[in-house]
Amino acid sequence: MFKKFQPSTDISGQTPPKSSVQRSIRAAVLSQWKIEPETLEQIWPKKESLIHVKCREHISIYTVHNEPLFFQHFDGPIYPTLRLLHKYPYILPKVGVDRGAIRFLLAGAHMMCPGLTSAGGYLPPPDGALPAGAIVAVHAEGKEHAVAIGVTKLGTEEMKKVNKGVGIEIATHLGDDLWAVQTL
Amino acid sequence: MCSNRCDYPQPTQPVHVFYCKVCTFPVEYCEFGSSLTRCKEWLSEDNPTMFDKFYSDEALQTKIGTLSLEAQAKLEKDTAKKEAKAEAKAEAAQKKKMASQVLIKRIERNKRKHVTAILGLEAFDIDLKKAAKFLAQKFATGASVTRNAQGAEEVVVQGDVADEVLELIESSSGVLKGVPVANCEVVEEKKKKGAEGGA
Repeated sequence: MFKKFQPSTDISGQTPPKSSVQRSIRAAVLSQWKIEPETLEQIWPKKESLIHVKCREHISIYTVHNEPLFFQHFDGPIYPTLRLLHKYPYILPKVGVDRGAIRFLLAGAHMMCPGLTSAGGYLPPPDGALPAGAIVAVHAEGKEHAVAIGVTKLGTEEMKKVNKGVGIEIATHLGDDLWAVQTL
Repeated sequence: MCSNRCDYPQPTQPVHVFYCKVCTFPVEYCEFGSSLTRCKEWLSEDNPTMFDKFYSDEALQTKIGTLSLEAQAKLEKDTAKKEAKAEAKAEAAQKKKMASQVLIKRIERNKRKHVTAILGLEAFDIDLKKAAKFLAQKFATGASVTRNAQGAEEVVVQGDVADEVLELIESSSGVLKGVPVANCEVVEEKKKKGAEGGA
């Protein structure tokens, strides 16, 4: 999503959304992530106004104090930025990829099933299976912090069965152009 | 990074991630970046304990653990290649930067009135908008960023301030830092007589 993203040319406007819209964003975040209201309050205090940064191709980034916190495509699910995820790693369900896949991920590739199902990878056990379309934090074998954030294309059980093709579509990864943007 | 929020009373503390100053990645990912040697250098100086954690012999051993030797060798080769490429790229960019010119144009608007256009500042990573604001404040005139006929962005300052701008660049004050004076050139642009008559 952020393979080519230049703040100078790709941002079309920054506006604070209405307070009712902010309320609905807050509710959406609380329902979509595994996050307590108190923690969200600390990330994004109620008194601070969220700024909606409109970008090309219907991508919106939300910032507080000029620091990007969430982004969204159309009315889709709300993703945290990778820096936010690093600080609060438990807010998204985790999947792991093996070591061989890291460099492809960092080059912007989507995550293929074999990298998730192999010995170094990690998928949640059957009783905690994720459906298709879930937002996940992609962790890497032997590393502490997440390397990317993506959305599952197949359910995790299905991934184990099919074991071929794209398993997770990566929205943002370490070193992409959103990562390069520290303040907006 | 979280300096402004750490003083709130908080239920869950954010995890402090140690980021590399060179490649901005968390230090454990430096090995996949394009500047591993420089990252290593920086880390060994800045935080030796972290350095030992990631680059000591046993750490390297455990890392290789799950990969076959060939794959590891290939990965290393790739990293080296990537590094060389990034270096070459940075060098080329630097060269280009050093070769690029800053043009300070004094444009005659009327017989006694001038504007000063400054071209090519963006090559030196200067925010044009900020530069315009800075110059406007300095000279107490209007200054703006406009797109000229060639489609390039330039800073236009009201009044004849070409020499003063050059002085500012020489003293490298404020936002105009980092522009080598040798690359600056002051030119004058007079209105053509024919154009004036025609209009």
